[in-house]
Amino acid sequence: MSSDIVIAILMTMAGAATPILLAALGELVVEKSGVLNLGVEGMMLVGAVITVAVTLTTGNHLLAVACAAAAAALAALIFGVLTLTLSANQVATGLALTILGTGFSALFGRPYTGKSVPTVGSPFPAELATDPVWRLLFGHSVFVYLALIMVVAVWWFLQRTRSGLILRAVGENDLSAHSMGYSVIGVRYAAVAFGGAMAGIAGACFPLALTPQWVERLTTGKGWIALALVVFAAWRPFRLAAGAYFFGLMMIFEVYAKSSSSFRVLPSEFWAALPYLATVVVLVLISLRREGSSSAPACLGKPFIAAG
Amino acid sequence: MQFRLEKRQEPSKLLQVLTPIGAVLVTMVLGGIIFTLLGYDGLGAVREIFLSPLLNAYKWQDLAVKAAPLIIIAVGLSIAYRANVWNIGAEGQYIVGAIAGTGVGILTNDMTGWWIMPLMMLAGVAGGAAYAAVPALLRVRFRVNEILTTLMLTYASVYLLNYLLAGPFKSPTSMGQPQTVMFSADQSLPYIIPGTIVQLNALLAVIVALVAWLVFSRFVFGFQVRVVGAAPHAARYGGFSADRTVWLAMLISGGLAGFAGILEAMGPVGRLILQFPAGYGFTAIIVAFLGRLHPLGAVLAGLMVAITFVGGEMAQITIQLPFAAVGIFQAMMLFLLLASDILVRYRVRSVRRAEIAT
Repeated sequence: MSSDIVIAILMTMAGAATPILLAALGELVVEKSGVLNLGVEGMMLVGAVITVAVTLTTGNHLLAVACAAAAAALAALIFGVLTLTLSANQVATGLALTILGTGFSALFGRPYTGKSVPTVGSPFPAELATDPVWRLLFGHSVFVYLALIMVVAVWWFLQRTRSGLILRAVGENDLSAHSMGYSVIGVRYAAVAFGGAMAGIAGACFPLALTPQWVERLTTGKGWIALALVVFAAWRPFRLAAGAYFFGLMMIFEVYAKSSSSFRVLPSEFWAALPYLATVVVLVLISLRREGSSSAPACLGKPFIAAG
Repeated sequence: MQFRLEKRQEPSKLLQVLTPIGAVLVTMVLGGIIFTLLGYDGLGAVREIFLSPLLNAYKWQDLAVKAAPLIIIAVGLSIAYRANVWNIGAEGQYIVGAIAGTGVGILTNDMTGWWIMPLMMLAGVAGGAAYAAVPALLRVRFRVNEILTTLMLTYASVYLLNYLLAGPFKSPTSMGQPQTVMFSADQSLPYIIPGTIVQLNALLAVIVALVAWLVFSRFVFGFQVRVVGAAPHAARYGGFSADRTVWLAMLISGGLAGFAGILEAMGPVGRLILQFPAGYGFTAIIVAFLGRLHPLGAVLAGLMVAITFVGGEMAQITIQLPFAAVGIFQAMMLFLLLASDILVRYRVRSVRRAEIAT
């Protein structure tokens, strides 16, 4: 394999990894606060369709991403009202959110279906990325850099700030956090809204950096892979980044399977299914290593109802 | 005056039955308003989606066709969810069930005999159950969360279907189309009401629900599933195995999803095609909840959701409402039902400020 191909593979890998990394970072914060939101896929679809609509009407990418984040955060708040205020079942509500997001995006996206969307490029000057090797550093879409910055930011927030400590306390022991005077529900609302915004930005990646148009179910289950990634990473931001790039690699096989003969030993459908199968295998490997003792936040998925 | 929630001693049985109906009614009102605000004919949408299929007797047969797979899958999911086993990959088990049954169908395509149809159905059940056995094994052996594995396997199953239709399963006479042979007369479900499109699967759906209800309410297994789901620690104390419950819940829900899959292939579709996965496995999740995780509730909820499907198809033609609107109405029903749950478990009491202070 020539170095050009290797660089091309690495570039595609980073692109494919980025939306799942962004969405998984959001979900990581949500789960650290003790909430399980299975609606990531739905929120990503909302973000993706809003991005397409705003980009095509205004041509302003920044505005489009901001609207996507806001819309997905709003969708997340529906989940919040149900699970946090009305203490509804989080699993069922998350599923409902995905169904709603899928339906909403299909309806809202109809006028934009098939229209090509102008993509965003690298934030660096083009002269820096003329050489293939330099392109690997400076030639990615802005989302790739944003996701990596957010990895550090989320780590710093959770481990180095007081607010992050409170958020983790709420997720590990909601009762004692409550008795210390922190608003468990308030913290969880904030986390859920942040998770929604991140899923919205992840959704924006698809039309602006990966497949520059709107089609129904554009995100093809990547939101669910993001959820698996959080488990895979044992709720740690840096491991999350490594995992996302691993899944990114799994995802690009399908692209290369169509063009390269060395992939033809197995049918192309196998390569397309690989990221999903790899997710299952990886989940098994993780459970083998941890031998039962889980690193999940102790209150994950459990509703909190303040006494009195 | 302020409101306060008080936990009920027992969840209210009456509200458990009334809230799904309330959720549907509120969906109609709220959905009408939202769709009007979105610039559609909101009133027309509600009328077409919720009422037209009922008022138009000619459409009742379509309700039976759409409700049958939803009911069969939702009955299985109801059992699984009661046991706290979150199988959300029924769509994949539905597809693999159809694939397994169709495999038998391809081998027996030029044979005749009464035994072919039950054999295909059996293969369908086995296929669905086998595909659900993977997440069951992973949960029991490795403590891997079944929500993620069942869903990942659903995505993989679609590619398995695509692969088979492009090669091994492709009909030699399909002229390049990715589809299997048409099923023969001995492989196709009979019509049970003359002059309609209602096939045997509609009757089987009702039988499945009745059998599940009997088993669930009368026998030890039903009790076991409910106890393990509701109180895992008590269940262990009582000698019930949580692992065995996971197995049973997954195999039953997977097997029923596979059953629905092969019935759909032998009935309305008539062969396997690329468009076979119609999302019934996902919609059945809504049906299961709307039916309050009860087998008989699943029948009513299945009919209710079938109304929205048939109504959505009508609304596409009559008022040019995009079919995606149906998904939004269905999601709203589930949201409102989940929101109403708090009324089942809690009592809303108005209290005076003075009382709060004390």
